[in-house]
Amino acid sequence: MNLGPHADFIVAAYGLTAFVMAALIAWVILDYAAQRRILGDLEESGVVRRSRRKG
Amino acid sequence: MPVIDLANPTRFLNLVNRALPWLIATTIVLFAIGLFRAMNAPDDYQQGATVKIMFLHVPAAWLGMLGWAVMAISALGTLVWRHPLADVAGKAAAPIGAAFTFICLVTGSLWGRPTWGTYWVWDARLTSMLVLLLLYLGVLALYWTAEDPGRGARTAAVLSLVGAVNLPIIKFSVDWWNTLHQPASVFRIDGSTIDPAILTPLLIMALAFTLLFVTLHLAVMRNEILRRRVRSMRLLQAQEVHA
Repeated sequence: MNLGPHADFIVAAYGLTAFVMAALIAWVILDYAAQRRILGDLEESGVVRRSRRKG
Repeated sequence: MPVIDLANPTRFLNLVNRALPWLIATTIVLFAIGLFRAMNAPDDYQQGATVKIMFLHVPAAWLGMLGWAVMAISALGTLVWRHPLADVAGKAAAPIGAAFTFICLVTGSLWGRPTWGTYWVWDARLTSMLVLLLLYLGVLALYWTAEDPGRGARTAAVLSLVGAVNLPIIKFSVDWWNTLHQPASVFRIDGSTIDPAILTPLLIMALAFTLLFVTLHLAVMRNEILRRRVRSMRLLQAQEVHA
């Protein structure tokens, strides 16, 4: 595949898009793991959500 | 399942957990097809291979605008019906829409330099897109710095509705003003002006990016619901300590 005389611009555009998307995906995955971990810690310490309380 | 049941966060989470693996798989397949078709698309007779930047730039522009449209519709749900999931949807769309708008602006600059001879001009299309990015940053600042999440959500909802005025300005800027940016070439009343050999990979890439947007939006909404559960449980914990 020949990208011609402006290959740098094309590679930069695809590289930047991949970087931004990867950063967004990584943030979503890490945030999910963090929230699950904190929720697990809270439940382990005996805190029960109002909607799960009996009576 | 009735649609109204999705308004329940727990049922919504169950649906998201079931849907996400399918959405992720479909998005990956569509990106593989789209990128293959994009890399093998013919060069443009004027722009040469730089037309390949269009396969990123155009979907990013559409999704940057779609993100704000989602926020504006969610804002109605927040302000009129005061539905908690509406606020979650609006807040989740903001960082994703901002990312796509940023990609649109930067890839546009990288496309503009070899095509127009400049990275940037203050024409109506480019400027209104930059305004959209600034609006995104403003609404993100509101969400992230509000001490009272409820008040922050309502203020962000008002800004989302006011900022929606910018969407038709972006869309029609190339018709209303004399701009360096080209007029619409995909969705036109008289049909697309793009050759099918380039239009087909563009539409596949647009579909792939749209599915990525939907996947990320649902995943961020899930995170936000969990974050709110953490907040409410910490409040309960604090109340029990003081009781």
